[in-house]
Amino acid sequence: MFALLQYPFIQNAFIAGSLVAIVAGIVGYFLLTRGLTFAGHALSHIGFAGAAGALVLGVDPVVGLLVFTISAGVGIGILGKRLNERDVTIGIIMTLMLGLGALFISLYSGYAERAYSILFGTILGISKSDVFITAIFSVLTFIALLCIFRPLLFSSFDQEVAEARGVPVRLLGVIFLVLVGITVSMSVQVVGVLLIFTLLVGPAATATRLIHEPLGAIALSIFLGLLYTWVGIFLAISDIGGNWPVSFYIAALSFAIYLPVRLFSKHEKRRHNKATSSFSQSSAS
Amino acid sequence: MIELFQQPFVQNAFLAGTVIAVVAAIVGYFVVLRAQAFAAHALSHIGFAGATGAALLGVSSLVGMFIFTFLAALGIGALEKKIQGRDTEIGMILSFVLGLGVLFLRLYTNSASEAVGVLFGSILSVSAQDVVLILIVGIGALMSLGLVFRPLLFASIDPEVAEARGIPVKFLSLFFMVVLAVTVTEAIQVVGVLLVFALLVAPAASAQHITKKPFSTVLLSIVFGLVFTWSGLFLAFITRFPVSFYIATFSAMNYFVVVYFSHLAAPHRLEPLHHPHGEK
Repeated sequence: MFALLQYPFIQNAFIAGSLVAIVAGIVGYFLLTRGLTFAGHALSHIGFAGAAGALVLGVDPVVGLLVFTISAGVGIGILGKRLNERDVTIGIIMTLMLGLGALFISLYSGYAERAYSILFGTILGISKSDVFITAIFSVLTFIALLCIFRPLLFSSFDQEVAEARGVPVRLLGVIFLVLVGITVSMSVQVVGVLLIFTLLVGPAATATRLIHEPLGAIALSIFLGLLYTWVGIFLAISDIGGNWPVSFYIAALSFAIYLPVRLFSKHEKRRHNKATSSFSQSSAS
Repeated sequence: MIELFQQPFVQNAFLAGTVIAVVAAIVGYFVVLRAQAFAAHALSHIGFAGATGAALLGVSSLVGMFIFTFLAALGIGALEKKIQGRDTEIGMILSFVLGLGVLFLRLYTNSASEAVGVLFGSILSVSAQDVVLILIVGIGALMSLGLVFRPLLFASIDPEVAEARGIPVKFLSLFFMVVLAVTVTEAIQVVGVLLVFALLVAPAASAQHITKKPFSTVLLSIVFGLVFTWSGLFLAFITRFPVSFYIATFSAMNYFVVVYFSHLAAPHRLEPLHHPHGEK
């Protein structure tokens, strides 16, 4: 086992995976409290076209992902309420983007292999330069989240009151979606476009059902994200796991832990109200 | 040009594409009417696990998809009320199912092109046998939809009133889910798991912005579906770009143009749908 950890590609996978898990844990918490989990899904599909386009241009797919998800994030943020009308229009935009991605990939010679790795992630094949990019953007996202943490939390729980108290709710919303875009781009490298939910939303969805207090829920969400990623990579590289894909392990763990928590936690509808009241208490004190 | 149409794989692609476009357009009308676009999306993802699981067992991927989507349809139909608006729960289940698909794929083959075929469609490799199956299943789906057309329409537009008048709303919704599952499986053949929206939802959603009458909406939606599929196939044969790219692009462009112009024509179009049973 320790011999395995000395391989550079495994070290790269652990470093990048951990950074992504931490940022995704925090962003996922806000996605849930803001009711925007679908935006994460949509942004990752839009990112697929970007990643595939970057391949055609001979650029690193991460660059294409970042460009597409950030601009889509800004677009969704500026359009604001439109995303709630999610079903048909967003679905068709996602379809268009996936179609574009299919076109770009067919233009690229390594057709299937590259498509597969963008769709389902290739953390074990991550390059040194991608680890570097992931590190920079993860740290930047983390710092940005710290800077806007309190107003973002406030506006996520009670938009009207936050607005009345002078919090720039709209601007925060746009900034947050840009951060979601960056996080999605980073997460795609670990679990791929199609399994983004397992790392971005899964840990936070489990954590918010167990802990109502925001900081505790975020901490648990980060912990779960790291756990899934580490165990996933470990199982994939060790003999026990039978050489199955990392993203499958992360998806399975994320679901296996979410399911019993979801079924046995009784705080279904009250979660939001409770969290709101606990927050307004803490902000009042 | 004519030589092209003499090749069997081209004929198969056009035959299958035509059947699927018609079935998807009609079923899609109800999907849009019943606001079940997300169910269509979910069923297609579940189909991915079915297709790859079938490959693992050495069964035809079409059979695997039918079984998986059929079971999922029963589940979604039974839980219908409970899963509305639950993005997180649905997202978690879908991701898990996709993850399973990835696993099946890895166990079966290391070739990624298999996966890409299911995800983005492989109409050009449809065999004559598949065409027959698609035709039979498509006709079956249309006939069963024809049997329940009026009550289903009623139940879709106004479930409460329909229930009060003794229409078995719950049964119809389950029944429709199964038809939807079959249609999704068929549509996956042409456009793939990821682009099912392009054939199933986009034509009907566009048609609904143009006309409000049920029958003309269905007709228009069939016309859209056929035009997208035929021109997509045609261009794909000439240019060698993927069919699903053309179909997705045409249907999306058409949708946005239609929405744009219908907003221009009537800015306040948010009133409820025309009620087919009497004035209301």
